[in-house]
Amino acid sequence: MPAHGKTAAKLMLIVVGMFGFGFALVPLYDLLCEVTGLGGRTGGQYVIDPATHTVDKTRLVRVNFITNTNAGMPWAFWSEKGGVRVHPGQPKFVKFFVRNPTDRVMIGKAVPSVAPMRASGFFHKTECFCFEHQMLQPGETLELPMRFIVDSQLPKNIDSIHLSYTLFDVTEIAASAPVGAQASPVEADAKPIGAD
Amino acid sequence: MSDAVQDYAHEVVHEDHGPAKGLRRWLFTTNHKDIGTLYLWFSFLMLLIGGSMALVVRAELFQPGLQFVDPQFFNQMTTNHGLIMVFGAIMPAFVGLANWLLPMMLGAPDMALPRMNNLSFWILPFAFGLLISTLFMEGGGPNFGWTFYAPLSTTYAPDSVTFFIFGVHMMGASSIMGSINIIATILNMRAPGMTLMRMPLFVWTWLITAYLLLAVMPVLAGAVTMMLFDIHFGTSFFSAAGGGDPVLFQHIFWFFGHPEVYIMILPAFGIVSQIIPTFCRKPLFGYDSMVYAVASIAFLSFIVWAHHMFTVGMPLAGQLFFMYSTMLIAVPTGVKVFNWVSTMWRGSMTFETPMLFAIAFVVLFSIGGFSGLMLAITPADYQYHDTYFVVAHFHYVLVPGSLFSIIAAVYYWLPKWCGKMYDEGLGKLHFWLSFVGVNVTFFPQHFSGLAGMPRRIPDYALQFADFNMLSSIGAYVFGFSQVLFLYIVIKTIKSGEPATGRVWEAAHGLEWTLASPAPYHSFTHPPKVVLAEAHS
Repeated sequence: MPAHGKTAAKLMLIVVGMFGFGFALVPLYDLLCEVTGLGGRTGGQYVIDPATHTVDKTRLVRVNFITNTNAGMPWAFWSEKGGVRVHPGQPKFVKFFVRNPTDRVMIGKAVPSVAPMRASGFFHKTECFCFEHQMLQPGETLELPMRFIVDSQLPKNIDSIHLSYTLFDVTEIAASAPVGAQASPVEADAKPIGAD
Repeated sequence: MSDAVQDYAHEVVHEDHGPAKGLRRWLFTTNHKDIGTLYLWFSFLMLLIGGSMALVVRAELFQPGLQFVDPQFFNQMTTNHGLIMVFGAIMPAFVGLANWLLPMMLGAPDMALPRMNNLSFWILPFAFGLLISTLFMEGGGPNFGWTFYAPLSTTYAPDSVTFFIFGVHMMGASSIMGSINIIATILNMRAPGMTLMRMPLFVWTWLITAYLLLAVMPVLAGAVTMMLFDIHFGTSFFSAAGGGDPVLFQHIFWFFGHPEVYIMILPAFGIVSQIIPTFCRKPLFGYDSMVYAVASIAFLSFIVWAHHMFTVGMPLAGQLFFMYSTMLIAVPTGVKVFNWVSTMWRGSMTFETPMLFAIAFVVLFSIGGFSGLMLAITPADYQYHDTYFVVAHFHYVLVPGSLFSIIAAVYYWLPKWCGKMYDEGLGKLHFWLSFVGVNVTFFPQHFSGLAGMPRRIPDYALQFADFNMLSSIGAYVFGFSQVLFLYIVIKTIKSGEPATGRVWEAAHGLEWTLASPAPYHSFTHPPKVVLAEAHS
């Protein structure tokens, strides 16, 4: 019956649309994380805008560093200090270190996360090893520089921020990279974000 | 009512060209009654298989310590129990009831798309064959919980996960085709005079359920497709190492999963709304509000999904939104419960087996609804999350909720289907065994959950021993009383007393104007529906 065919065709449109919507949730979720700082997601590389940049000398904020390795990642990963105190707006330089204790060449990648969530939009990295893959020879130790600024607009009730890095073994992912259609949001967004 | 709708039963009988004989009848059938029967028997088989897995779980949990199975196998049992019960038992049973009843309730000769109907059933045995076969593969079957959260279901999954993914794809395709068929039947094949607001509530609830299925089964298909790509093609949808996010999986899953739990309860609402008026000898109280309540619940189901994941970390505004929107669902659900109770108010009630199951549904589903409200409270959920309290909650809405409604429907319409009456005494025995069994099984789980017993663990601390022993005893009583159900149904079909066309004194609706057993083709000439009270 043609009437049924027409109804079925219209309903199939819903099905196709919702299948697409499932995949559309992937970029939508990234966008939501970007906007709200959900999951403590931080932005890409930050460029200081001298016109609007200010340093708030009246406040001191403590920034703590946490280094984790993902399950099965044999590298050692540590920071030179457990934490630092900075004035909001003041650029700061910290060193992190990784060592590959295995006897094979490996590639690692660190993924950052900031707590509390509300602070993630106010934590800017001007230079970070987390933007790139790190390749280490067997037994090699590498110093990883990281420069950051805590935004002077940081809400007043936040006086301490935790920056946590989890180090992942991406040796296999990097090897099969061309197949991976899913671009890393950190890399994709490694463009300057204007000071606001 | 019999004067409101003309009786066409006599006319159909002599035109009836019966079904083909033997196996070919079932393989190639396009008849809605045959396909409904296939669905119902299939879902009963799945109920027994999924139930046996639950009994393995309960045997292991009878006492603390590890007795019978190793933890890996225990995980496979909980996972497959959940998957089989949700996708194999409850959903196909509702589709089977829809197949049997929609054409008869709407005054149609058959479903709108009979060949697709055949296909959507025959996919299912293959889908579940694939799923169950993984249990016998090296590395075992799915062991990551029925919610298959990544990375448990991707990075750490057994190799058989690919078969699981294809199985889910096939179940989804079957559900989608079934839904298209149901919507096309309801929209296009109603008899003259059967306006939308005269449709029986079972038809209304299925119309809305079918739309829910169309909206969320493709999202589930998308989720498992992303898993497939993460596992085999090097993408990183759910892997943080490659820039993805495992929490994204939970969002996609529950965007499907929450409407899914309403897919499993809305047709139950419809069934109970058919049965209670019959045995109260009164029209359903508040028909219109029932329809609007179901529609509101369906709409709300799309905006509450993150209440399943309060503990993953969410901004305060998000927690409040999902808490309040979840609690809002209690309003239309309350409307329905009050309407059922108001239907019973001053009715001439009798308590045949379908009515007993329907009343138990109203009471026990409400208990499940209340524990749902407790879980909706975000700060309290941090305590309840992943404990047996959650297990008690969803089993209360799914077992004495959905499953009891299906059993009630079988007792209610079985005389119409096979033309024979079931044994009332045995039916009541089945009811009381099930009622006691289900409460002994799941009520103690509220307490062990509140006391902090985690779910999905094969061993537990000593202080939970008494509650678990009680739970296991109840589970075996409940499980084996379903074998009695099987016996009752077979006995009815083989040697039941002949049933009248009307079957129940106060049954309303077009299906009761047909002879019992219902003729192979329901309404070859559309009946004229003249009264607004065409629904029960």
